[in-house]
Amino acid sequence: MPLFNKIYRFYLDGFRSMKTGRTLWKVVLLKLFILFVVVKLLFFPDFLKTHFKTDQQRAAYVLNNLTTWPSASHSIPIRR
Amino acid sequence: MVEHLNLSMVHWARAQFALTAMYHWLFVPLTLGLTFLCAFFETLYVKTNNEEWKRIAKFWITLFGINFAIGVATGIILEFEFGTNWSNYSWMVGDIFGAPLAAEGIFAFFIEATFFAVMFFGWDRVSKKFHLFSTWMVALGANLSALWILVANGWMQHPVGMAFNPNSARFEMKDFWAILLSPAAIDRFTHATSSGFLLSSLFIITVSSWFLLRKRNQEMAKKSIIVACIFGLLASGFVAFTGDESAYSVAHYQPMKLAAMEGLYHGEKGVGLVAFGILNDQKEPDNDKDPFLFEVKIPGLLSVLANRSPGSFVPGIDDLLYGNPSENLVGYNQRIADGKLAITDLAAYKKAQKNGDKTAAQAALASFNQHRDNLGYGYLTSVEQAVPPVPLVFYSFRTMVILGTLFPILFLLFLIYTYKDTIAEKKWLLRLGFLAVFFGYFASEAGWIVTEVGRQPWAIQDMLPVSVAHSNLTTGTVQTTFFMFLILFTTLLIAEIRIMLKQIKIGPEGE
Repeated sequence: MPLFNKIYRFYLDGFRSMKTGRTLWKVVLLKLFILFVVVKLLFFPDFLKTHFKTDQQRAAYVLNNLTTWPSASHSIPIRR
Repeated sequence: MVEHLNLSMVHWARAQFALTAMYHWLFVPLTLGLTFLCAFFETLYVKTNNEEWKRIAKFWITLFGINFAIGVATGIILEFEFGTNWSNYSWMVGDIFGAPLAAEGIFAFFIEATFFAVMFFGWDRVSKKFHLFSTWMVALGANLSALWILVANGWMQHPVGMAFNPNSARFEMKDFWAILLSPAAIDRFTHATSSGFLLSSLFIITVSSWFLLRKRNQEMAKKSIIVACIFGLLASGFVAFTGDESAYSVAHYQPMKLAAMEGLYHGEKGVGLVAFGILNDQKEPDNDKDPFLFEVKIPGLLSVLANRSPGSFVPGIDDLLYGNPSENLVGYNQRIADGKLAITDLAAYKKAQKNGDKTAAQAALASFNQHRDNLGYGYLTSVEQAVPPVPLVFYSFRTMVILGTLFPILFLLFLIYTYKDTIAEKKWLLRLGFLAVFFGYFASEAGWIVTEVGRQPWAIQDMLPVSVAHSNLTTGTVQTTFFMFLILFTTLLIAEIRIMLKQIKIGPEGE
């Protein structure tokens, strides 16, 4: 597999010869860990996926919000 | 399940989205423009075989890499926020946004996995021409990747090519090309990317000015300035052209935004553009106070911008809110009433479907389809709710335009003095040039404030106000994540600035 080896060596040598890139990779990996493991899992669950099992239930919930919104039945103050 | 209106939560969720988007936009424009500048430098190297151009290209590619690495995935936070804070909105637009965002992801993945690697690791390992090709592909790919998210934004400003499905409660895509080629999408893409080109040219001016003030890498700085100034001048012209096109489409699809941008309350024929003005904070819709404490107007120009005709009528906030029979403008009270009928029809359709009453369902659907274009207005409790925050939009617009007018003058001065080879002696200009990128960011972020704050109260223009788009969360939950992001973003920004400054201090010798 000479082509595979060439590509592998290309990336390996590239990563090995990095200077500033090493620091950047540390920042990127730390950031991705914080974003996807800490932030996403602990603080940003998908609201509809967490509360409902099926798309039908999600659609019914959103439709309910659209049709029972508090202001939907309010009278309109007309200025002119 | 949404029992009560929680405006406080909505404000915090909006603040969080604004914080994330503005932070994300620190990195994006620099990526969009710097890639092209790197491609220009490298093209000059390949064409001339002059190693100095290679040194220059490598230096700017390194700074591009730092910006890219720190900025990577900051946009994904916006998607987290959609799912958590804006679940109604997120559900409703899923069918429209799915395709463009997936296309963006695929583009980004393939470009980053292949051409990025060649761009950074491939010097002396692949042929000069293939390396240059890779650099150009990164430039084109990064900008094409931005196309999709800006198309999605354009759709929110001017929703076309879709139909609302009352069964799935979703806007469903009916015409992909109408969405991709809508004037709002094209304007958003061309204006945002060209502003990125301009900002990147300012970034090069800033760094090069610093080198010249420090009397370091002077040849590299001068060569970089020449390329950046030419690109910056071309970008400035294109930004002005696309900005003009944007104003034209805003006038037609978001007239309230244009009225807010101009502080225009009473529409006129042959209305002037306010070049500069101070707003009267006592002015409210439908009162008789003067909107301005002080103003300088260019006669007839707003009519030209809005309609391409100097004597044409441009509606003001009051005309839009309360109607203007002489201009055939129906007031928003009518649109609100129409929107409420759409909501009632939607509720009737839902009930009929549940009861299995097909005749009633069809009748409700037919009635809904007559009123659906004003659906969003049905959620407003007063016509005045349809007015965006005028001062923020007005001053942001002027900040963007005034700075945008000064940038080409700066590029021209730098270009002239660099050609004369006296730039190193012009300390005042170099000090100004050192500040250039900060002004660039100021103008760029101000532009997004005009775009996004100017379309309030809408999450989707005329269809869905932000007060209905959000999730049923407590204010405390959103406050917590707001401050968490504030700390995270500040830390990352400090990290970027430190790494960037370290690399600039090292200079091209560091590579």
